[in-house]
Amino acid sequence: MNTVAPTADPREPVEFYAAVTDEIVAIPSEFPQRRNWWIGFAFSLTLLFLFFVCLGKLFIEGVGIWGNNIPVTWGFPIINYVWWLGIGHAGTFISAFLLLVEQHWRNSLNRFAEAMTMFSVAIAGIYPCIHLGRPWFLYWMAPYFSTMGVWPQFRSPLAWDFFAVLVYLLVSVLFWYIGILPDLASARDSAAKRGWQIFFGLISLGWRGEARQWVRWRRCYRLVAMLAVPLVVSVASEYSFLFSSSVLAGWHSTVFPPYFVLGAIFSGFGVVSMLSIVLRSAFHLENLITERHLGLLGLMLLVTGFLTSYGYAADVFFAYYGGDPREIQYWMNAWFGHLWWGYWGAVGLNFIPLQALWFRTVRRNPLALFLISSCVVVGMWCERFMIVTTGLQHEPLASSWGLYTPSLWDWLTFAGSVGVFLTPYFLFIRFLPMSSAHEMKKTAYEESEHSQ
Amino acid sequence: MSARGLLAEFASADALLAAVRRARSEGYSRLDAYSPFPIDEIGSAIGFSDEPKMPWIGLAGAVFGAFIGFFMQVYANLFYPLDIGGRRLLSVPAFLVSTFELMILFSGFFLLFGMLYLNGMPKLYHPVAEAEPFARATRDRFFLCIRRDDPKVRSGEAEIFLKKLSPVSLTEVDA
Repeated sequence: MNTVAPTADPREPVEFYAAVTDEIVAIPSEFPQRRNWWIGFAFSLTLLFLFFVCLGKLFIEGVGIWGNNIPVTWGFPIINYVWWLGIGHAGTFISAFLLLVEQHWRNSLNRFAEAMTMFSVAIAGIYPCIHLGRPWFLYWMAPYFSTMGVWPQFRSPLAWDFFAVLVYLLVSVLFWYIGILPDLASARDSAAKRGWQIFFGLISLGWRGEARQWVRWRRCYRLVAMLAVPLVVSVASEYSFLFSSSVLAGWHSTVFPPYFVLGAIFSGFGVVSMLSIVLRSAFHLENLITERHLGLLGLMLLVTGFLTSYGYAADVFFAYYGGDPREIQYWMNAWFGHLWWGYWGAVGLNFIPLQALWFRTVRRNPLALFLISSCVVVGMWCERFMIVTTGLQHEPLASSWGLYTPSLWDWLTFAGSVGVFLTPYFLFIRFLPMSSAHEMKKTAYEESEHSQ
Repeated sequence: MSARGLLAEFASADALLAAVRRARSEGYSRLDAYSPFPIDEIGSAIGFSDEPKMPWIGLAGAVFGAFIGFFMQVYANLFYPLDIGGRRLLSVPAFLVSTFELMILFSGFFLLFGMLYLNGMPKLYHPVAEAEPFARATRDRFFLCIRRDDPKVRSGEAEIFLKKLSPVSLTEVDA
């Protein structure tokens, strides 16, 4: 019998396993930024309260408190719906797509990017509901055996929308939960207080990290990732159908599905960059979210930004190439009309600041990347604003043209929706492991294997 | 000799892998290996081939979801016909978006619950967690458990074997 004991390879980063677990998993129970967290949380709760005030006003007085009216019936609720939903897409893209193509740098970012997805999709789901004139009949959108014998109109993009957003929300939660499960077990095992042990013990469902569990878990995680990638594309395409399946000038375009998918991922990468920069400086995660990660996020922004700009160019090109006077009028209206700032804001904020990202030093500079990302987030909102309002202001019949001006309540509801996003986000970073510790350990192990 | 399982603790993934391979080659069959992160080779090392059940579960969910999604729309349109400009009631292209979404949804839920079921979860208590060193199993330590139903445990052979692997610790567990 061979008596040589198996020895560990000295290059295996065993200290890193402990360090990364303590750094990530211990954050909830030994929270380092209590004071700043309370300030931020109070701010987001204020916005959330504002949102409830706006909802109260809306439910008492009706959608007339907003600026949307015939012909611009969509206005802020749909602009913000598209914007929030788009932000969510980058989280799924980072988690699922970059997992499948084995981009290990994603492991530092995927967890909080997925949380961003869940909360922004949840707000996106709220907007069309409160945009209903009679929101108490919301459940009529769901297919069920009603005593009236009424069913949704399944041939309409509005019914597709219900399925797409709901499924996207549920699958995002599911994917996030599968990914966080081993880290919840880790939090359970490292928790010192009884309350935390029970809390994490219950939600980790008794995960132990047994070899067979890991084999099934990895299969499951990758398979759900394979579902999530086409899901993102289908959801973004689906809400572009809300526009492109109409016959309005400026909307009835085949470029819309890819244009919406890429614009959505672009805006989402903007928010992911902002969140990464804030979280890494707040929790001193510079060793986990490195300058390399910021540089890669900058590159992703650059790539998706150019693809989005291709959408802008293609849209204008096809209007003029097609020569339809209504299409050309749409563009004249977008450029020089009453709401010209929508178009110029989109191009000015999405395309011009982006050029700084060609430089490596800018990409790796947290402040510069943060500023460019915030430009992108605002610019993408301007784009959604431009598409919705310009298209609806000019109907085919000139007598039914109208102008759109958002009201104060539009802006307040929008500001409040930021609170709907930030409040659960603050709770998430306070109570759950915000980065994927087990995936970072795995990456470190495999890198040490490759270096041999 | 007690008939309790044995839990050996190792400080690195490579040590665990080597230990599992040695144990398998020496005829131990009732083995559990615990690690804080998934190790690529651990499944084949422990004799658990990458079983094809998960993709089939996902496929079953997808087929079920697509079937439910599509025929719900067919049923609704026949049961509650909406004549929109004389367009055909059963227009398949228009049904495919919701069908696709429900296919993804059911496939995802089948995968999650299938994974939990096959992994025996939720299971909030497991005897192996009684061992004190096991608290680090999800942090930075790696464990090999030879369960008590292994024939070599009762004879004491297993303990001698594990000690030869020079583990960080060796604990008796009721697993």
